[in-house]
Amino acid sequence: MTRAKPEDDEYWNSSKFKAFTFDDEDDEFSQLKESKRAVNSILVDDDDEDEEDVERVSWSGEPVGSISWSVKETASSIRSGSEQSFPKIDTTPSLSKQGSGYSLSSLFKAKSKPGAFQSFSESFSDTSSRTYAPELRKPKSGGKDVVSDLSPEETVRRMQKGRAFSLEKFCSLQDKLLLLDEAVAVYDGNVITASWFLFFVIVAEILFRELMARDVALRHYVHYLKEMGEQKLVVELLKALGRTEDMALMHYKEHLNIKDESRRRDFLKSCLSLPFSQDDATHVQDHYTLLERQIIIEASDKKAVAEIFKKFPRKASILNMPIITTLYYSCFYHYGESEGTFSSPSNIRKTFRISEKQYILTALGARAKLKSWFDVDSLFNTKNWLGYTKKRSPIGFHRVVDILHKNSAPVQVLQEYVNLIDDPDLKLSGALKYKCHDIVINTYRDLKDRQQLIVYREKLERDSPEYRKIQELLNNVQIRWKN
Amino acid sequence: MASHLFCGRVNLNILREAARKDLREFLDKCSGSKAIVWDEYLTGPFGLIAQYSLLKEHEVEKMFTLKAGRIPSAAVKNIVFFVRPRLELMDIIAENVASEDKLQPRDVHILFVPRRSLLCEQRLKEKGVLNSFTNIDEYILDLIPYDGDLLSMESESSFRECYLENDQTSLYHAAKGLMNLQALYGTIPQIFGKGECARHVANMMLRMKREFAGSQTQILPVFDTLLLLDRNVDLLTPLATQLTYEGLIDEIFGITNGYVKLPPEKFAQKKQGEGGKELPTEPKKLQLNSAEELYAEIRDKNFNAVGAALSKKAKIISAAFEERHNAKTVGEIKQFVSQLPHMQAARSSLANHTSIAELIKDITTDSWLYFILCNMVRNAHLNMPDVFSQTALLSCVSASEDFFDSLTVEQEFMTGVDTDKVSTYIEDCIAQKDPLIKILRLVCMQSVCNNGLKQKVLDYYKKEILQTYGYKHILTLKNLEKVGLLKPQSTMRNNYPTIRKTLKLWMEDANEQNPNDISYVYSGYAPLSVRLTQVLARPGWRSIEEVLKMLPGPHFEERQQVPTGLHKKRQPGENRTTLVFFLGGVTYAEIAALRFLSNMEDSGTEYIIAATKLINGTSWIKSLMDSPEENLP
Repeated sequence: MTRAKPEDDEYWNSSKFKAFTFDDEDDEFSQLKESKRAVNSILVDDDDEDEEDVERVSWSGEPVGSISWSVKETASSIRSGSEQSFPKIDTTPSLSKQGSGYSLSSLFKAKSKPGAFQSFSESFSDTSSRTYAPELRKPKSGGKDVVSDLSPEETVRRMQKGRAFSLEKFCSLQDKLLLLDEAVAVYDGNVITASWFLFFVIVAEILFRELMARDVALRHYVHYLKEMGEQKLVVELLKALGRTEDMALMHYKEHLNIKDESRRRDFLKSCLSLPFSQDDATHVQDHYTLLERQIIIEASDKKAVAEIFKKFPRKASILNMPIITTLYYSCFYHYGESEGTFSSPSNIRKTFRISEKQYILTALGARAKLKSWFDVDSLFNTKNWLGYTKKRSPIGFHRVVDILHKNSAPVQVLQEYVNLIDDPDLKLSGALKYKCHDIVINTYRDLKDRQQLIVYREKLERDSPEYRKIQELLNNVQIRWKN
Repeated sequence: MASHLFCGRVNLNILREAARKDLREFLDKCSGSKAIVWDEYLTGPFGLIAQYSLLKEHEVEKMFTLKAGRIPSAAVKNIVFFVRPRLELMDIIAENVASEDKLQPRDVHILFVPRRSLLCEQRLKEKGVLNSFTNIDEYILDLIPYDGDLLSMESESSFRECYLENDQTSLYHAAKGLMNLQALYGTIPQIFGKGECARHVANMMLRMKREFAGSQTQILPVFDTLLLLDRNVDLLTPLATQLTYEGLIDEIFGITNGYVKLPPEKFAQKKQGEGGKELPTEPKKLQLNSAEELYAEIRDKNFNAVGAALSKKAKIISAAFEERHNAKTVGEIKQFVSQLPHMQAARSSLANHTSIAELIKDITTDSWLYFILCNMVRNAHLNMPDVFSQTALLSCVSASEDFFDSLTVEQEFMTGVDTDKVSTYIEDCIAQKDPLIKILRLVCMQSVCNNGLKQKVLDYYKKEILQTYGYKHILTLKNLEKVGLLKPQSTMRNNYPTIRKTLKLWMEDANEQNPNDISYVYSGYAPLSVRLTQVLARPGWRSIEEVLKMLPGPHFEERQQVPTGLHKKRQPGENRTTLVFFLGGVTYAEIAALRFLSNMEDSGTEYIIAATKLINGTSWIKSLMDSPEENLP
């Protein structure tokens, strides 16, 4: 192996760049290759891989014997019906329950027990058919006398340890709050939440007043309700507590669960009046407007017969796509429509306050995809007061060139835009990258860089026009080369 | 079996054995043959405790994944559910139990991990199946031994729960786990902490200790110090791209429960006479821990030093195999043969890691090469060889620059360059619709390094993100704001530069090959959390009071009484042992940095690491997103 010279090493180790100090790239590579070679070349006398030291690995790559492997293994053996690896006692098929007219689970359906608890405010009454609270009246085992007379501390401890306890004793509000405070003090979410069920019989008003002071317990309850999927209840609770912004976001989040687009739109509309922060209100408004537009566009484009739809059939619906994607779609299918139509790019740009940069990028991408170079051209044309057209871009022409190249623009088009790049280094690198020979040659000529021209000539086909051009330049005695 | 747990300073196998004993006891409670129905999430963590063989010894004959409908038929006496206390799982169990065959009744048991829950039992009762269970039990799996010096609670959503949902139940589990640990390894005399959550955990521990005052353990303390650290004290570190070998594996492929899944192409085994064998399509799954000698050696190295280490190892192994030519006498041959299994294991380990290193290089190399070349151009004093002419340089540019570019931006932010304006790089990434998580990681990093973004800048990023990725991400952005990863600049001065300078978070000349400072793990950035740990050991936090005040949450010190007669008498030169507990997750690079400190000659302290979960920037941000699975570009 060729080692780097010591002075090189010294250079690398003392050089000051920030990201990576590096030994020697080629060396690194060859080291890796070499170690690979070494690995492969090592002769193995014994091909048996199953020695005990090496973990056995099944075909799927899971180590044999690991639990997740075994779960799959035992499960799959059932499916395939081959159970030879496990002792089999009885193979007679069990009676099929599927076909019977009644499902067993229906026999075990929970009976709601009104009276055990009531919904704790009228606003929640529509959900009272569900059970939110465990039935905690009866202790789990006997010894009622013992457990019903415990202090809050002792009760909480028993709850934590899963021993018998009773919450019956805590009937006054004062007692209940004591218990809740005790539960909070031990910071055990399980117990805090359970203690909550005491409160279902209390009038909301008093409750909320007391709860304001017990933030931790409250947060647990809110979290619990979220987990139970009781969105409505959470929203109501937050509202009652004055946490309006949280409530608004919570409510807004619900839209994710609505699949039908018109229902989703209507839901978003209902969100508009919620007390969002100022920014968010704008965003939610935009969200609603966007979906509303998308529904209109989708409906008309589904049956659209215009040439463009035949030539490039739509691959997916535009519903629920981000605004930038929608703009791209609009630049692709509805370019040049008047600003009055919902689907026109200019209308979308204006309605959603899309920045010039984003607009140009998106429109450029769409028009370049369609290879409509004329549209690309006019995107950047600006007229000055004398009536001359000049090309201007908010995104830097090197980016424009990249995008054009990605959409396989022809060299002539690329060349025009490479020429517009301001930064001479970027211009040269762009020209080299996209093989705009003329620009490369002219740049080297302007730099009076004879050496680079010679190098570049070698890359060209002999007797191509570019080759000859370099040849001429090199033979030109009037140029004062710098090298 | 669990050799990786012995090698550390503290024998964590005791903890594992204790966990196994509990498991055996529970299994024996359900006498007779049994089938386990697994909450799929738990198989990973349980794999760190026990193998299938242990279960089999206790008459576990079949294992299934928990699914709606019926349990697949199995001729066993018992059905045991291993589940997390989650309500949605209770509904599935109820369905399973209800559709059990009434003619051939089987005993049904349920084991809650890590704790039973009143709510879940209530749900089962509601569904009318609670009485069907013979045993309802809990299996306390708080701190799982992950490696010789590493414990994890494997609690994925802990950060989100603590800082976003304000549900501190996972802290209760952490405190429980620490009590359990003290029962096995003795009382930890000194507790330090920084952050709200740390304070809570310490309070709970002290309270629990008071409650169990009677049952003092008579064990000589193994740990001298416990350091509790809130993740939100150091929000910056997980956002940075880890540059250690293990860190990069995690960043690129993701390590779950000690396993990594890799694209199989590079692992196709070429054996003679098997030409034309089809490439495997299943991902290759490898276990990564210190039981593998080579891995233990290289995992904490900066990736730039891995190639050389692998190459050196290859030479050693080659030489070892060559030895057989020198083996002349029967004795020598016998000795050679006896070493064969070990050598072959080493050989296959080397093959695996060479392949992984190659995979990582595929992603990072071109940009690195480009970077090297750029520097050569910049340092004009160097006599540039012809091959590195601009043309060569440019051919590299066209290759993936992604990795390098975002690394550069990260490092600019961390050094405080241009953190107060819109970054054109981030802007470009959004325009190219790069993955949203990448964008969020960078924007959050900029915000953290600038102690909040100017309102104008923040609004601009928000607008761009919502317009490009969809308005529904309002929710995610709100979440990031709530946990402090993203915020508008307050009137307060940006104190990040002060913190950076005082704690020396940025080291100009990080040595990656032979590191002399923890900053090598991020090629320049020294993780704040580990700096705090380092300073605590020497010279002590009193020297950085000012900085501690700038970081969120209280810092504190507590002492726990150790029974007389159990005071440790330290030999001169003997190292102290500190347990560092990261509440909200730890990254592999931070672990590497702590291991580096343990191994430093004059450090005087060895570290054992515990965390609620092993995280990286991606998994972390993902856990904070609302509906992340949906529509991720």
